[in-house]
Amino acid sequence: MSERNGNHDQGDLTAGQDPSSYSAWDEIQGYLFGLALAVGLTAASFAMVHTNLIWGPGIAVALAVLAVAQIGVHLVFFLHLTTAPDNTNNVLALAFGVVIVAMIIGGSLWIMNHLDDRMMPNMMPMDQIMQMQR
Amino acid sequence: MSATDAVAGGRDWDADPYKLGRGDRDGRGGGHGGGGHGHDHATGHGQGGPASKRVIVGYGFWLFLLSDIVLFSCLFAAHAVLQTATAGGPSGRQLFNPTSIALETACLLLSSFTCGLSQVAADARNQIMTQLTLAVTGLLGLTFLLLEAHDFAGMIAAGDGPQRSAFLSSFFAVVGCHGAHVTAGLLWLGTMMAQVFFKGFRPNIMRRLLCFNLFWHVLDIIWVALFTIVYLIGEGR
Repeated sequence: MSERNGNHDQGDLTAGQDPSSYSAWDEIQGYLFGLALAVGLTAASFAMVHTNLIWGPGIAVALAVLAVAQIGVHLVFFLHLTTAPDNTNNVLALAFGVVIVAMIIGGSLWIMNHLDDRMMPNMMPMDQIMQMQR
Repeated sequence: MSATDAVAGGRDWDADPYKLGRGDRDGRGGGHGGGGHGHDHATGHGQGGPASKRVIVGYGFWLFLLSDIVLFSCLFAAHAVLQTATAGGPSGRQLFNPTSIALETACLLLSSFTCGLSQVAADARNQIMTQLTLAVTGLLGLTFLLLEAHDFAGMIAAGDGPQRSAFLSSFFAVVGCHGAHVTAGLLWLGTMMAQVFFKGFRPNIMRRLLCFNLFWHVLDIIWVALFTIVYLIGEGR
């Protein structure tokens, strides 16, 4: 991790600073590693749909886990979100964003599913309801 | 307080200015910046001066991108709620073409990779490689857009456009919004290539390149959520 931080600092070079210690190959290796991980996780996601390895209703959960893992890979290897000191603000902002996203998506699903249940009790066919009302 | 005291105090802080114990490893690394270049010091805490403009610009753009992600999360929430509201129309399983989605995913993932390479090339001040990797990024992005447009055109021609059902409305909203972002990204990419070519690797151009990189990578992150929620989980229904 300290190597990554070192590269990140090199990225902060501005005009007048010495780029002689700069190593492009290290950075390319980082991107290659991230790409390999991302491709593997993507392939696993697409294979998951057609597999019988996992109990049917569990596939959605497995897909969500793979997606979260891949998003993590992207954040670390492509966006260079690290624990470096000048990255603290970025990480905190991301944490706040995740909270908001979880509230919007989780809250919407929660509320709308409850509404759905209340609007259509037992999914009774309409003609039966009409007969009951006579 | 004498001048020497102030200097000594400064050295004390330099040992661990908000690195919270992680400074040791940097100290051991020693090589880069330790020799008095100064860019190894923690920035943005009043120690070693204010954060570099690059860090601040990156932070500001990251905040914008997070707000964009919140926007997408609203569209995702709408789609998740409406996923079964097909109104007797076709469901995801009947509509989506897995081969096309896999190709689109490959295009976007590879373009994210080449975009990262362009950042490496720009850091090395290599004009040819920067232009080349940016061009490849643009071509992959264009391929993605054309594939998506082809899918959309096919669905609309078959009468399964956004007006068919609530499910399809939300589908076109969320995928279309991502497509619009990619289109805007391609225009930005074109202007960045021109700026790098004509203005060179000036500090402000480098900051713009950084922002473009962040934008493009975040588009890929949104696509990961998109192909998982909309296509793969949707296909299972």
